[in-house]
Amino acid sequence: MQLKEDLSKTDMVHLYRQMHLVRVFEEKCAEAYMLGKIRGFLHLYIGEEAIAVGVAAALQPQDYVVTHYRDHGHALARGLDPRRVMAELYGRATGLSHGKGGSMHLFDVNKNFMGGYAIVGGQLPIATGLALASQYLDEKRVVVAFFGDGALNEGEFHEAMNLASLWKLPVLFFLENNLYGMGTHIDRTYAGGRDVYKAGDHYRVPARHIDGMDVLAVRQATREALERIRHWEGPFLLEALTYRFRGHSMADPVEYRDKTEEARWHARDPIPTFRKYLTETAHISEEQLEQVDVEVEQEVEEAARFADESPEPGPSALWEDISAT
Amino acid sequence: MREAISQGLREALEQDPRVFIMGEDVGAYGGAYAVTKGFLTRYGPKRVRDAPIAESVIVGSGVGAAMGGLHPVVEIMTINFSLLAMDQIVNHAAKIRYMSGGQVQVPLIIRTVTGGGAGLAATHSQSLEGWYASVPGLKVVFPTTPYDALGLLRTCFKEKNPIIYCEHALLYGVRGQVPDDYYDVPIGQAEVKRPGEHVSLIAYGRAVHIALQAAQELASKGVQAEVVDLRSLRPLDTEALVASVKRTHRAVVIEEAWETGGFGAYIAYLLHRQAFDDLDGPVVHLGGADVPMPYARNLERQAIPDAARVVATVRENFGL
Repeated sequence: MQLKEDLSKTDMVHLYRQMHLVRVFEEKCAEAYMLGKIRGFLHLYIGEEAIAVGVAAALQPQDYVVTHYRDHGHALARGLDPRRVMAELYGRATGLSHGKGGSMHLFDVNKNFMGGYAIVGGQLPIATGLALASQYLDEKRVVVAFFGDGALNEGEFHEAMNLASLWKLPVLFFLENNLYGMGTHIDRTYAGGRDVYKAGDHYRVPARHIDGMDVLAVRQATREALERIRHWEGPFLLEALTYRFRGHSMADPVEYRDKTEEARWHARDPIPTFRKYLTETAHISEEQLEQVDVEVEQEVEEAARFADESPEPGPSALWEDISAT
Repeated sequence: MREAISQGLREALEQDPRVFIMGEDVGAYGGAYAVTKGFLTRYGPKRVRDAPIAESVIVGSGVGAAMGGLHPVVEIMTINFSLLAMDQIVNHAAKIRYMSGGQVQVPLIIRTVTGGGAGLAATHSQSLEGWYASVPGLKVVFPTTPYDALGLLRTCFKEKNPIIYCEHALLYGVRGQVPDDYYDVPIGQAEVKRPGEHVSLIAYGRAVHIALQAAQELASKGVQAEVVDLRSLRPLDTEALVASVKRTHRAVVIEEAWETGGFGAYIAYLLHRQAFDDLDGPVVHLGGADVPMPYARNLERQAIPDAARVVATVRENFGL
């Protein structure tokens, strides 16, 4: 990593803080899941933090974020209140969706965070439509649409790429390639080879691939892509290579991955790597970072306490918010 | 009928800049059923958008555009093709409001052509509207007259919800009065299209016209049939159906869709639950034959209820 001139020390500490927040939050979620406080499917973002945080640092407040079901990291990086995210996971009335969406469906319109979607690839047409609205209304908003390598083989990916390119819609298709669609390796599911970003070629969508374990690289590449999109040159495809350190969900014992492969990726853990960069290259003190660690841990504890103490939704909530009146 | 739908769309395009139309061949071609003929020239390519044949992104980008502040009308050429967009319709459009705890609205109109009878065989003749009517978060309307077509469409544009607006290919030529003065037709309100005291013929879509024809034949035999047009499948005007049965004490539910798991079967169930004491006999469900739609004219006729079958059903079941 090279020293980035356009980032202040405060900015860099913030990036570290956000990544650490996601990590600690997710660890807390795993704990709460084991205690039965979180139910259903729980997909942890541990290992992939540099992507959500790097992208969020490059976005403007008016930009839309649309994502998949592994969405806590994107939500927290975008600045959603950890207390309300946790309350949503706990199924409480104070959750972002009053406990009716859960882990896979986080929404916060105040942050233009337009949802986590749990049908693989299903968010991509929706992102395309939000971009159409931005273009139609001349709002200059960009839509970032996160998706995983599993979505590459879904028709909705191809339909969305085609339409976005055809109509020059402001979408950043952001591929988080963690190499596994649930438990199946990409080499066994995708015929296009490892240069996955070239999937854009067919639709004339410009594309790049970057290191998804390097928060600064993610931020920089996102900034450049957004700059291009904002000048109405149409969509862009970014592929970030990454790795999820845990299973697909809490139900996954990860028996399909090679331990040496896991160890190789763990050695590239984006958080200690960046921390090392901060202390050694950017000359930020250990003490300052330790202070950040403590603050983040307190924030997550507070989020869990808030969720725990929040009431469940009232019985009438069952029938509310189905249709607008 | 075609002109009434077209008028409703033109009014919306002229009154609300957030309204646009998107679909396969809606522009240069003028719409597969000519409903949007001339629109591209009149309103331009920003408002009238020819889309690739890619149903999922047509509906999905309609959902996204609706979330982003617009009021899209997406056209799915026939309801059979909507199966390619079912993820967007059922998993997303219908649920985003609920899953977001009411934060996000999806004001989206999905126009689609449904039903059989035109010799289009098994994959172009289905009546799948009942499937969508079973999904919370969607509304499903199905006009059968020009008056209802325009009135319901006007209401659809006031809605903030995803709506499936069904059109029957064989009803585009139906004629009827449409007032010059503004009116609209509320969603969720059935209408008695012909009053009668002996039996209720409850129907939606083209089956309403079949029921009307049957009622005329029955009248010549001294049987006064009441024809009730659902107009909306969801929300369903159960009250109006029950009220009709309380008047007539007998009911036949008629639809083109397959009888197995059909929407009409659900109506029959509701009537048994809510009007049991008023019924002189079980409600009869007369649907399409449980077969993939055949091509040959004589076979297709067998597969879709017609007036003669309705008349025979009434006479056999109720001795009228």
